[in-house]
Parts: sequence; structure tokens; C-alpha cells
Amino acid sequence: MSENADAAPAAGGFMESTLLRILAPTLLALLFLGGWEMMVRVREIPPYILPGPIAIWQTLLRDWGSLSVSLLITLKITFMALSVAAILGLVLAVLFAQSRIIELSLFPFAVILQVTPIVAIAPLIIIWVDDIAISLLICAWIVAFFPILSNTTVGLNSADHNLKDLFKLYRASRWQVLTRLLLPSALPYFLAGLRISGGLALIGAIVAEFVAGTGGSASGLAYRILEAGYQLQIPRMFAALVLVSTTGIAIFLALSLLTHLLLRHWHESAMGRGDRR
Amino acid sequence: MSPRRPLLSLTGVSKRYATGTLALDGIDLTIMPGDFIALLGPSGCGKSTLLRLIAGLTAPSGGTMEWPMAMHDAAGDVERDIGFVFQEPTLMPWASVIRNVALPLELAGMKRRDAEERAAEWIARVDLKGFEKAYPRALSGGMRMRVSIARALVTRPRILLMDEPFAALDEITRFRLNNDLVQLWAQERFTVIFVTHSVFESVYLAERIVVMAPRPGRIAEEVRITAPTERGEEFRTSPEYAAQCRTVSLALSAAMGGAHE
Repeated sequence: MSENADAAPAAGGFMESTLLRILAPTLLALLFLGGWEMMVRVREIPPYILPGPIAIWQTLLRDWGSLSVSLLITLKITFMALSVAAILGLVLAVLFAQSRIIELSLFPFAVILQVTPIVAIAPLIIIWVDDIAISLLICAWIVAFFPILSNTTVGLNSADHNLKDLFKLYRASRWQVLTRLLLPSALPYFLAGLRISGGLALIGAIVAEFVAGTGGSASGLAYRILEAGYQLQIPRMFAALVLVSTTGIAIFLALSLLTHLLLRHWHESAMGRGDRR
Repeated sequence: MSPRRPLLSLTGVSKRYATGTLALDGIDLTIMPGDFIALLGPSGCGKSTLLRLIAGLTAPSGGTMEWPMAMHDAAGDVERDIGFVFQEPTLMPWASVIRNVALPLELAGMKRRDAEERAAEWIARVDLKGFEKAYPRALSGGMRMRVSIARALVTRPRILLMDEPFAALDEITRFRLNNDLVQLWAQERFTVIFVTHSVFESVYLAERIVVMAPRPGRIAEEVRITAPTERGEEFRTSPEYAAQCRTVSLALSAAMGGAHE
């Protein structure tokens, strides 16, 4: 068959692009870190102004005991906020798809929640909610919630109209239409929203913690950054920053992998470029 | 022979859209069990609208549609017992071939195992054995259309409605699917209503060709095709085929006001 014939060169192109995708940025990162380290050493910049990558790495290893505790706390808030955002976003989007009145009355409030800067309302939330962990969770949730809601709403409304006719023809129940047609159609959109929200939940958690400025041993990475800044422990500040960024990257990669696994059989977005027809 | 009861008769059926456009006007059509009817006409003559009316996807604005032999469901609606093949294959991209074909049975409440068993039979009958687990994107256009046909027939409907199903396919694939469709019809004797804008396709497939005219959509003429039950390349190249294509072609240009001679 002709399909198999054109798949072969395409597969070669796919391998090449994957290699390039990993190799090129890695090389650039190494060059950048090398240049940084060299500049710090040659110009003898003191570590309280700008520490080199090696010093940051050593600090990270040395302080791992206290930093890892903060990392776990930030991770916990991020994941809880993301989970709540995913579940509520999905449930609300399904409600919107079922009833136009619910959508019209609630959607503006979701937009208001989205456009209000979290930095501005975080202090209020922290004052209103007694438990600091819960107030952080609420802040992170507010930031993460909207992309999932709006993407899933679009996805639920984008089901193939011929397929809708087909379901109507076979007298499918509302529930069957929802579970067998609307939700699968919305899955790629939901996952795209989830990928955006993964990063946003982390940002929300960090921003809220900056505002809250809670001390003690039970605080997250944001407080470690603040604290290290006050004490001019700049390498430690960078080490905490590295952990925040790494966490963000890990969340993005994990959600990308999830997207790929769920959509690889059927959706354009989850296929390699050479894989497409 | 005692007179047979029609499957469906339409009397003075019209359809006006919300925009005010009169899509169909004064349609009288009687469909007998086992008919193979082609609705032939230029775009805009309402042939797809007529198909959607018969399918119950849209309601007529005027006239009556009677189903003398149909059962009624609990809500008092006619149980149409229809299979529908759209212009596009209209498959669920997230489901494998067998899941797609089993869908109508599962929607009707059949258990997944039984539904897939029957789906597998129909996948084999449209020559796709071995592709049960494949996803639609891995199939060619012709194969996707075969899946769509298997899905339409899996409930063993009395009527198969087809809306220009092969229009997007290349000619070789279209000929093969035409042959396979005629064969399935000869074996099963379901009723087929086939929308097309191709004179050649309509003469090759149908027993009755309903020629439609546009603005507003109406029936201009009906041509009966005489052909051997076993149609194939022999029929396609015969002088009878050519002569009937000419008759239908003339009827079509007359319906369009002689504009396309």
C-alpha cells in the first residue's frame, strides 16, 4: 500500500528531528553555563553578587536537607491546586455544555477571576482564610482554573456535527452523547488547558507564598528565596530558584507525556511531524 | 400479485428554513421495500435536505410523511430503523474500527462483547478483516468509507441513506465501492436512498432515479433503470448503460431549464 511506502522516509525525519530537539538546546545550555562560570571566575565576581553555576550546585547539594522539605511543600500545594482546578474546570465545563443559561450566568465570573491579578488579591485571601496552606491553595487554584475551564468548554462545543447527527439518529441519551462523543472530543483541549495550568499553578503557589511571607520550617520554596535574599545568601537563593524552575519543567514534561500517551493514536497534536498525513 | 405496502410515502412535503429559504416544495415520493433510489440533482436542489427529513434529523414544514409498516416507540415517534452514511466517513477518531462499527449497537443497549462480535462480522463483509484494531487515521479514504458503511449496516436497518458518500474518493476507489454496494444490496435487499450529483453513478447503482430541480427543490422527473441484477464492468461498458446515461442526462438538463446541455 502506498501509505506504508511514504511512512519510511517520514520515520527517518522524525528520528532526526527528535535528536535535534534534544541536542540543540542541551548544547546551548552547556555553552551558556560554561560562559557564566568563566565570567564569574575571570572577573572575580563575589558570590553575594553573582555565584557561578558550580557554586550554586554545591549549595544545592549542601542545603538539600532544608530545601527538599520546602520543595515538597510547594509541590504539594501546586498539585492540589492543579487537581482541584482540573476537576472543577471539567465539571463546570460539562455543566456549561448541558445548559446555556448556566454558561451565560457563570462564565463572566470565571473571566473576572482570571483577569484579576493574583498578587493584588492574595493578601485579602490570606487575611480571610485562617489556614495559610489553604489560602495558598486557593491562590494557586484561581490562577490554574481558567485555562482548563475555557479550553474544555471550547472542546465540548467542537464535536463533529455529523457525529452529533449520528448520535441523534441512534437516539443516544444525553449521558451517552456526553461520555461517548463530547468528552472524547474535548480531551485534547482539556489536556492543552492542563499543560498551561500546570505551570500556572506553580506560579500561583510561589506568588501567594511571596505575599504571605510565612516563616518557620513548614514553608515552601518561595519563602526560602525571600529568606536567602534577606540574609544575602545568594547561592542558596539561586539554588531554590533552580528547584522552582526544575519543578516547572518537570510538570510540563509530565503533562506532555500524559498528553502523548492519551492522544497518540488519533490526535494530530500528539503525533511527530513526520508521522502526519 | 397483491399490491405491496410502501415503506414510506411522502405527500406534498416541503421544508422552509428559518432564514425563509424554501429548500423543498411539493415532494411526492413513494418508497417501496427493497428499492434502490438515487436522488440526482445539482447542488442546491435540496436532495440532502430530503435525506435528512427521511432520517428524522429535521422536521418537514408542510405535507405528510407516512411510514405504513413502521413501529412506534414509547414516545409515539416512528422507529425509523435507518442507517446513514455521510459525505465524510464521520468516524470517531479516538476509537478503533471495531469500536466505531459497534457504536450503534451499544447505543441501543447491546452488551459490548455481543456488539463487537456483530461488528466484526460486518467489518469482514466490507473487506476490512484484520483492521479491527486500527484507528481511522491509519486508514485510506476508501477504507474509512467502508468502515462507515459497516457501521450503517450493523444494525441491519430497513433503509440505508447515503449522502454523496463516494464524492470525495478517487474514481478507481469509487468504482470498487459502487460494485461492493450493489453486491451487498443484492444479498440483503435493504432499501437504499442514495444522493449523488453523478449521472453515471446513479445509472450504475439505482433502479429508480429521482431527478430533482433547484430553487425551490422539487422532483422534476423519475427515470426507471433497466439493468441486470448482477451489475459489473460488463454493464458499465454496455450500450444499454450509455443509452440510459443519456436519458438521465437529458432529464437532468431539462430539470435545470436546459442550461447545461
